[in-house]
Amino acid sequence: MLQREVLLGITGKDFVIVAASKAIMRGPTIIKAQDDKTRQLNRHTMMAFSGEAGDTVQFAEFIQANVQLYSMRNDSELSPSAVANFVRGELASSLRSRSPYTVNLLLGGMDPHTQQPHLYWIDYLASLARVPYAAHGYYCLSLLDKHHNPEIDLAQGMKLLEMCTDELKRRLPIDYKGVLVKIITKDGVKEADFDNDKIVRSA
Amino acid sequence: MSGYDRALSVFSPDGHVFQVEYAMEAVKRGENIRHPYHADGTCAVGVKGKNIVVLGCEKRSALKLQDTRITPSKIANVDEHVCLAFAGLNADARILIDKARLEAQSHRLTVEDPVTIEYITKYIAGVQQRYTQSGGVRPFGISTLVVGFDKNDSTPRLYQTEPSGIYSAWKANAIGRSSKTVREFLERNHQDDMDREQTIQLTIKSLLEVVQTGAKNIEVAIMTPGNRVEMLPDDQIEAYVKSIETEKQEEAAKKKTSRTGAATAAILTRPGGGETAE
Repeated sequence: MLQREVLLGITGKDFVIVAASKAIMRGPTIIKAQDDKTRQLNRHTMMAFSGEAGDTVQFAEFIQANVQLYSMRNDSELSPSAVANFVRGELASSLRSRSPYTVNLLLGGMDPHTQQPHLYWIDYLASLARVPYAAHGYYCLSLLDKHHNPEIDLAQGMKLLEMCTDELKRRLPIDYKGVLVKIITKDGVKEADFDNDKIVRSA
Repeated sequence: MSGYDRALSVFSPDGHVFQVEYAMEAVKRGENIRHPYHADGTCAVGVKGKNIVVLGCEKRSALKLQDTRITPSKIANVDEHVCLAFAGLNADARILIDKARLEAQSHRLTVEDPVTIEYITKYIAGVQQRYTQSGGVRPFGISTLVVGFDKNDSTPRLYQTEPSGIYSAWKANAIGRSSKTVREFLERNHQDDMDREQTIQLTIKSLLEVVQTGAKNIEVAIMTPGNRVEMLPDDQIEAYVKSIETEKQEEAAKKKTSRTGAATAAILTRPGGGETAE
C-alpha cells in the first residue's frame, strides 16, 4: 500500500529537526489535518511515528511512560542512544509476538553529556540505524544526500527541510496537510514555525 | 508474647493487630544504626505556605567513612509534581516509592493526566493497608509525607500515610522520631498563607527543635506550582540555620537582660550551642 505519511529528520552542528505530516487519512479521506505525530520522551529526546493507526500512539506513549519512569526511578535521564536501543528492543520483541506493532519511527535527541545531536531511523522490523538525516516516506533521500552535510546550522537545516517539503508537494499524489516541525537543541524540544502554505508548482 | 502477634492478620482479643502497631513503633523509634533492619530514627517535616509546600528532613546520622553526598536521600520524587519524604525503615520505603512511581506513570499512560496528590497518597496508603491484611507479608515500617501541586492548580497539598493504611491531610506535620515535639512546635508557630521565606524558615526551625547537629544534617525540598522539586543548596540551609540560631540567642539574651539587668551582657557574646558541632 502507498505510504502516505511523511517523517523527516535532519541533524546539524548543534540541533536536530524532526518533521511529521499533519494529516490523518483513512482510505481516501482526511479525517484530521492538525495531527501531532510526535511525543516528547524526556527533556531532550523526542520521537516521531507513522504506521498502523492506533499502534502508533499506543506504542509511542508506552515508550514515553517507560522512559519517564526510568528517569524517576534513577534520578537521571536516558541518553538518546539508550532510548533508541530500548525502543529497538521493544519493537523486536513485539515483532516476534502474536500481535506486533506496525510502527515506523524517527528518534531525535541531543546527548546531554556530549552535546552531540543524535538521529535514529527505526522501522517496524526493528532495524535501528544512527543517521545524519532520515525519512520515512518518499522522494527526500536523494535531495538530502546531495545537500546535507553535518556542519550545517539551523537556518540551513530549515532551508533543507523546505526543499524536501517542496519536493513532496510536487510529487506526492495526496495533500499531506503540511508538516509539524520540532527542533531539538541543548535547551530542549521546541515546536518551530514553518510555512506550510507555500504553493509549489508541479514539475 | 501473647501469641496474637505471630500471624499478622490476626486480631488480639482486645481488638489490636499487633504487627501494625509494631510497624508504627518502627517509624517512631530510632534504633541502633548497626541493627540490620535499622529504622534510622530521623524526623521529616512538611509545611504548607500560600503557594508553596516544603519538606524538611533530618539526614540519617552518617558514620565517619560514609559518603553522605551519594547516600540515597529520604526525599524522593514520585513524579515531576509529586515529592515524598519518609520516616522508618529505608529498605521498605524503596519498595513503596517504586510502586508509587510505577502507578504515577501508569496513570499518565491510561488517562493522559498526571496523578493528583490525593490520588497517589490514597494509592500509597492502599498498598500499605494491603500489607496489613495479607498472608505471608509484613507491614511497611514507614510513614510518608506526600506533597506537591495538582495539574493547573496552585493549591499546595500535604498528606501523610501510616503503616496501617490511614492517610490524612495537613497544613503542617512531622513524622518519625520526636515527631510529637516537632508537631507541637508547628501547632504553636504555623500560620496560614505564609510566603516562601516564612515557610522555609518554619520548616528548618521546627527541625532544629530535634536536630542537634545543625545545617549539615538537614535536607530541604521545595515544591512550587508547575515546577519540579527544588533541593535547597547546603549553603542556603546553613544561612537559615545561622540566622535562626542568632535569633534564638538574641531572644534568650533579651529574656536574661530583662530579668537581671545589664549585669549579664557578657552572655551575648557566648557562642551558641548548635554551632559548636561544626
